Amino acid sequence: MQPTGRAVPAPHPDAESQPFWDAAAQGRFLIKRCTSCGEAHWFPRTLCPFCWSDKTEWIEGSGTGTIYSWTVMHRAKPPYAVAYVELAEGPRMLTNIVECDLDRLHIGQQVELVFTPTSGEDTPPVPMFRPIGG
Amino acid sequence: MTIRGAAYIVGAFEHPTRFAPDKSHAQLHAEVAAGAIADAGLSKADIDGYFCSGDAPGGLQSLLNYLNLEVRHVDSTDIGGVSPIVQVAHAAEAIALGKCNVALITLAGRPKADDVRTGTTPRIRHAAAPDVQWEYPYAIPTAVSYALAAQRHMYEFGTTSEQLAWIKVAASHHAQHNPNAVLRDVVTVEDVVNSPMVADPLHRLDCCVISDGGGAVIVARPEIARKLNRPLVRVLGAGETTKHQAGGKIDLTYTGAARTGPIAFAEAGVAVSDIKYVSLYDSFTITVLLQLEDLGFCAKGKGGAFVADGNLISGVGRLPFNTDGGGLCNNHPANRGGITKIIEAVRQLRGEAHPAVQVANCDLALVHGTGGQLATRHGSGTLILERE
Repeated sequence: MQPTGRAVPAPHPDAESQPFWDAAAQGRFLIKRCTSCGEAHWFPRTLCPFCWSDKTEWIEGSGTGTIYSWTVMHRAKPPYAVAYVELAEGPRMLTNIVECDLDRLHIGQQVELVFTPTSGEDTPPVPMFRPIGG
Repeated sequence: MTIRGAAYIVGAFEHPTRFAPDKSHAQLHAEVAAGAIADAGLSKADIDGYFCSGDAPGGLQSLLNYLNLEVRHVDSTDIGGVSPIVQVAHAAEAIALGKCNVALITLAGRPKADDVRTGTTPRIRHAAAPDVQWEYPYAIPTAVSYALAAQRHMYEFGTTSEQLAWIKVAASHHAQHNPNAVLRDVVTVEDVVNSPMVADPLHRLDCCVISDGGGAVIVARPEIARKLNRPLVRVLGAGETTKHQAGGKIDLTYTGAARTGPIAFAEAGVAVSDIKYVSLYDSFTITVLLQLEDLGFCAKGKGGAFVADGNLISGVGRLPFNTDGGGLCNNHPANRGGITKIIEAVRQLRGEAHPAVQVANCDLALVHGTGGQLATRHGSGTLILERE
C-alpha cells in the first residue's frame, strides 16, 4: 500500500531534470536557485525563469512549507489530496498531501517533505508533503 | 493598426447533437462547417482561410484534406478550449492584412461517445512537455485544477459554495428554453451544494456537461458582410494571453482575463458598463466568477456577491450570461467551450436567441474564454462584438 492509497506513476526524467531525480533516489530534495538574480524557482530549470541567466545552482531544499491551496479528489477511490505548497524557499509547487486527515486540510497548514515511491523498477520517488505533527 | 471593424461574423452554426456515436470526429467538423457557411449565405468555394485547434483530429492538414478546402491562410493556434475565440481575432487580423476574405473556424468532437471522463481522469499531455513530469505523478485532472483556484478564492475573499451555485442556477434558467441542452431542468442553490463533491469545493453541479457535437463560425471582410442578407455582427476588439505558474510565483486568485480584458476594451473603445450580454467560459462555476472579476464587471473578490440572487439570469439580473445554458447545462463539445460562446453571442446580437432569454436592444456583447487548466496553464481570450 502506497502512502497515497494509489499507485503513483513514475516521472519521466530528462537531461535537465536527471540530477533532481538522481538526488531524490538518494532521499535528497533539490531545488534550483539563480546566483545571478538570487531567486529560487520551481520546477527546476537550467536557465533561470526570471532572468534567463544560466548561472543556476542546485541547493538542498529545507523540505518544509505551508499549504497555499488544496483540494481532495473525491471521485477517486480512495480519495487523495492535491495542493500547492509554498516552500520555505519561496516557490509554490504542485504536489500531493499524504499521511493526513483529509477533512482537516487547510490553507496555511505547515507541511514537511516525504518522498513517496513510484510504480516501476528502480524508478525515483516523488516529493510529497505531510502535515507537521500529524 | 487595429482590428476594430476589420471583419464581421457572418455565419454561425451549433451542431444540434449532444451524443454522436454514429458520426466520425471529422464528420462533425464537416457538418458544422457546412452549417455555418449555409447560415452565412456563402458557399464552400468562398472560403479562403481555415482555422482549427486542439480538437481537430490529425490537425489542420488532415482536416483540410478531409474537407477538401484549398485556402491561402491557415491558423491552428491552440491554447485550449478558448482557441476559437482567439481565432476570430486572428481571422480579423488576416482579413485586415489581405491574407484572406472568408475565414472558417471549426470546433467539434465526441468525448461523450468515446467515454472520455475529462474532468475527473488525469490525462498525460505531450510526454516531452517540460512540466509534465512535475504534475503527472500527482494526478491532476481538470476538476482538481479548477478546485485549487476556487479554494484559494474562498480563503482570500470569503466566497461561498452557495454563491458559486448561483452561476449554475442562472445557466439552468436559460437552458430550460433550449431544446438541445443536455440539462434542461431548473436547479436551485440547494441542488448544487447538495450534489456530490467532486473536488473540494466543487460539486458535481459546479461542473460543465460532457457532450458531443461542435460548432463553426464564418468571419468575413466588411464588403462581403454587407452583401449578405444577415444582421451585421462586427468585431470591435480582442485580447489574448496565457497565464501559467510563473516559475513558482503563481497567484490563483486571478486569470488571464485580467490582461486580455483591458486590451480588448481599449481596442473596442467601449467600457465595461456598455456591455449588454456576456458569453463567459463556464467549464466550472469558479471559471465564470473569476472572469467576471478580472474583466471588471465587479471588483476583485466581489464576484460571489455579484452572481448571487440571479444577477446573471436574463430578464432578472443586471448581466445576462450564457443564455443558451452554456457549458454548465447546454453543451461543451469536444470538452471545449470556445465556439459555443461565440455562437450564442452572435444569436443575441442578431436578435435570434430564444425569445425567453433574448436581451432587449442587445447591441454590444463580450465573449471570453479560459482554456486548459486554470491552476497550471490556461489560455485566455476576450472578444468584443457589436451589432451594426
